[in-house]
Amino acid sequence: MKNKISSKNLLSRRQFLDFCRKAVPTGLLLVTAGAGRAGGPGHSVADPASAGGEGQGTLRPFGMAIDIRKCIGCGRCVNACKIENNVPREPLYFRTWVERYILPAEGEPKVDSPNGGLDGFPEIAESNSVLKSFFVPKLCNHCANPPCVQVCPVGATFQSPDGVVLVDQKYCVGCRYCIQACPYGARYLHPEKLTADKCTFCYHRIKKDLLPACVEVCPTQARVFGEIGSHSSPLWRFIRANATTILKAELNTRPNVFYAGASSEVR
Amino acid sequence: MHESVADIAQIISGATGYVYPNEYLLQWGLLIVMYPFLTGLVAGAFILASLERVLGIKELFPVYRLSLLAALAFLLAAPLPLLAHLGHPERSLEMFLTPNLNSAMAMFGFVYAWYLLVVLLLEIWFDYRKQIVIWSREKTGAMKFLYKILSLGIDDISPEALRFDDKIGKFITIVGVPSAFLLHGYVGFIFGSVKANPWWSSVLMPVVFLFSAIVSGMAVVLLIYMVTAWFRWKKPGMACLHKMGELLLYAMLVDLALEMLDFIHRLYESEESIHILRDLVAKRLFISLIISQVVLGSLCPLVGIVFARFGKLPDEVRRMLYFLSAMLVLIGIYSVRWNVVIGGQLFSKSLRGLTVYKTSLLGMEGLFMSLGLFILPFVILYVLVKIFPPWTGNEESAGETAAPS
Repeated sequence: MKNKISSKNLLSRRQFLDFCRKAVPTGLLLVTAGAGRAGGPGHSVADPASAGGEGQGTLRPFGMAIDIRKCIGCGRCVNACKIENNVPREPLYFRTWVERYILPAEGEPKVDSPNGGLDGFPEIAESNSVLKSFFVPKLCNHCANPPCVQVCPVGATFQSPDGVVLVDQKYCVGCRYCIQACPYGARYLHPEKLTADKCTFCYHRIKKDLLPACVEVCPTQARVFGEIGSHSSPLWRFIRANATTILKAELNTRPNVFYAGASSEVR
Repeated sequence: MHESVADIAQIISGATGYVYPNEYLLQWGLLIVMYPFLTGLVAGAFILASLERVLGIKELFPVYRLSLLAALAFLLAAPLPLLAHLGHPERSLEMFLTPNLNSAMAMFGFVYAWYLLVVLLLEIWFDYRKQIVIWSREKTGAMKFLYKILSLGIDDISPEALRFDDKIGKFITIVGVPSAFLLHGYVGFIFGSVKANPWWSSVLMPVVFLFSAIVSGMAVVLLIYMVTAWFRWKKPGMACLHKMGELLLYAMLVDLALEMLDFIHRLYESEESIHILRDLVAKRLFISLIISQVVLGSLCPLVGIVFARFGKLPDEVRRMLYFLSAMLVLIGIYSVRWNVVIGGQLFSKSLRGLTVYKTSLLGMEGLFMSLGLFILPFVILYVLVKIFPPWTGNEESAGETAAPS
């Protein structure tokens, strides 16, 4: 049995080199194609101005704009999200939530979000000293340069070809590094699934040309959803017509959620 | 896993200011505090062993093998807290099989495997090879069989073979020092590279982690050396203790200087986060940072070691001072890990509020689990010491033998 391997069974040097000649370019091709698929710059657009018309067969990224001047803090979006996506009802888990900013005439702004704004907000007691007050809905920013995707050790959280940051619940190991890496507090550990969970822009709906649940139920149309860079998209029209900002721009996460009417206190 | 209504109410009412609602609960608890603590002990113990081997600090000879075995014991226990804290530990192998190469955490498996397989096991094997072969001839029964297996079928203990062992051992140590730096520097990088968290995000974090690791490793070996000596009715050698004390002192001074640099740098830069970090230290970390880390864990042992090393005191008092100082150092370094891991999650990334953390006694994240994970390496060390007795007999030349008093 010992000396069964004969020189016949081994590749000759010429055969081996020939194999390498074919294998190396094939491997390179696969790697390049794979890298392109896994969320390359084609669908990772943060700057809306540069987003339109690459037209290289890649999908345009989805995004959302939020008009703070229109939000009345009713919390319907929070409730719709919880129902649509089976988000646990406890006040510790949210895919989207609404914050209220109260800017006093003097001093630091006060921010609150009781139960994520799901039940609305209590009245402001000291109304005399209030300079202004407004509501800010929050959700995953579906960053084009997402720190959560970068840190996930197994690649369970990823960018879809249309720029939506998703979590593969069957793959996530529940290490929670992504939750730590998200600067926006948009992720939580699902208490039953024990995997990371977050807003998906209601991916199951938008792929059927429906709107995300939060956008659908908003009574004042404070949330605008669509493709970034598509001229017919309501989102794109909104971004063109309004001065918008992104949250924590200094972190270079390049969010795809844009805010109109947000003052500098919002973070 | 669902929190009870009472717990939720307690957590929310305990928080101050505005906390993003998903941030009331801490994601990483006691287990993740234990993880960098254990890897720090590994790196520190190994670096101490390397000082004897590479730099030829002969006073450390009595603790050379003990340090290696301690490093191995801690290394074997180090991944357990990581594994235990996962939501799906059964999927943990995915980190090896399909790692995301951009992720700092995914590298853990590779760094760990390199350190365990290439550095520690090889070094210990080459160092013990001669003894293993001798024991495999002398011992009987199961132990003989065990040593036969451990010898990997190589029973050549000719002078040339031993010279080769020594050469290879030295080479592995030289590779091992940067590897130990890598292991713990890497753990620091896991935290230091999180740009979302201003308490963690610091280029100094890996360096601070590394030096605190060296400090903790030296302290734990000093303690193990003293305790094992007492258990064998011997007095720990003063020359060795003095050398370890000296090295510990220098490492602590560097560590303290680095931490002060980080602190002053943050204060001076005074970025947007400075207000919440000031609140964090004053309202949440006062005991664990100011009292436990700085005063008890750094200043007191510094004074203790200086007195023990340079004071004119009887040896018994010196030993006691070393022992107490090393204990305090370990408490201090555990506090460092606590302040990094827990402290970094006690403030909201809204930079407007602080949440609370309550440790429980039972459960995965409980105090008992943590204690168990801390005791486990000592149990492993006990077994390792039984299989590979690190006492060569020559060690007393560095210390002095004495009957128990």
